[in-house]
Amino acid sequence: MLKKRIIPVLLLRDGKMVKGKKFRNYRDTGSPESAVDVYSSQEADELVFLNISQNKNYFIEFKNIIKKASKKCLMPMTVGGNIKNLEDVREMLMIGADKIIITSEIVDNFSLINEVAYNFGSQCMIVGIDYSYDKSSNKYFVWKNLFQNKTKYELFEYVDIIKKHSFGELFLNSVDRDGMMGGYDIDVIKKIKSSINVPIIACGGAGNFQHIEDLFKKTQISAAACSSIFHFGDNNPIRARTHLRNKGILMRNLK
Amino acid sequence: MIGIINYGHGNIGSIENALSKINSKYSVVTNPENLLSYSHLILPGVGSFSKCMDVIQRQGWEKHIKASVSQGKYILGICLGMQLLFDNGEEDGSSKGLGLINGNVKKIIPGKDEALPHVGWNNIINVKENHNLFDNISKNADYYFDHSYECIPLKTNVILSETNYGINNKFVSIVSDRNIYGIQFHPEKSPPNGLFLLKNFINIK
Repeated sequence: MLKKRIIPVLLLRDGKMVKGKKFRNYRDTGSPESAVDVYSSQEADELVFLNISQNKNYFIEFKNIIKKASKKCLMPMTVGGNIKNLEDVREMLMIGADKIIITSEIVDNFSLINEVAYNFGSQCMIVGIDYSYDKSSNKYFVWKNLFQNKTKYELFEYVDIIKKHSFGELFLNSVDRDGMMGGYDIDVIKKIKSSINVPIIACGGAGNFQHIEDLFKKTQISAAACSSIFHFGDNNPIRARTHLRNKGILMRNLK
Repeated sequence: MIGIINYGHGNIGSIENALSKINSKYSVVTNPENLLSYSHLILPGVGSFSKCMDVIQRQGWEKHIKASVSQGKYILGICLGMQLLFDNGEEDGSSKGLGLINGNVKKIIPGKDEALPHVGWNNIINVKENHNLFDNISKNADYYFDHSYECIPLKTNVILSETNYGINNKFVSIVSDRNIYGIQFHPEKSPPNGLFLLKNFINIK
């Protein structure tokens, strides 16, 4: 049977690994190289690296980190942030990424989704969505450029548009829950799951193992992305896996 | 010596990393005419069936792969590389494969609550007993899968393992027909047991 995945997310900014709250107030959380070592020894199911530097010159250093990580760890690696075209995708795959997340660049260029899928396979193309609740209209909206620009797209309408394209997974990131450690956005995730048939990775909100358990018990989605829960405190993927397995959730067997 | 076939559409780097971890000697082969100097070949594949077959034919790989196989060299197709070993693929219409194993490649029809692609960690079932490929392999180990299509061999005796997914609740995850092997998941991404599988393939003589 297919197992549920727990995917640590590493946010990289100007050479440092960071974590913020609601896409703001980033705190330094150590060196990305040592995080890769740790997650590799803990046999994380996958790793996601997101480049959130505003500094465009940082892209080269980001690529060096990915290159080094891919030599060290054999686990599937997904890379995102500042990937604008097929050339960027090709380069990331060449240096060891298995899958690519594209978020902001898709909003004004839906055809990029199919182009990546055609050239590198749909399994390689992960569509990212950053969304936030808008109080005045009582709706969720899609945001781009790291929660700097609100788009015209209401979340569920946006999902209906992108689902006409060919891609492998959906990376659903709740800005409002980012770094808050108060649990996943179950209702929204459920609603999107019912309208789309690709695997969904939920991101934003994991603060303890109960939150991950709730996500997997209350929704049918495939994967929980986690960040703060592993950065702040002594939790790790091995403990998470053991906890969830004891609660009857199918998790990966290493042996 | 192992030759990794590099026709421009495979995760060559990951396979190199995995072979280095198990201390295997390998070369990345970019000229089809050099294939015959290797005892074991690995055919990777990422992308679409029709696109990869097109490149394999245009670059002249097909003839040399078939010549190697008919001379008894061992070949292992991984993920899309496994699918390319079959007669036909239905991705982007219908296209001819290498035809080294009889059968077709079809889109998986997901079962209730299942998504497509089939991505993540899954185990193998109905494993063929006493086959050398499974030496030292743990029975319950999970492997990393990422695919939307499944191989449907004409003869069931080539099936070495199956995996639970899709409307029929299983698909073929490992095949072997004479000196030809195919693995639907990514052994190179699935330590430790995936690496044992690679090692066992290399040791088949």
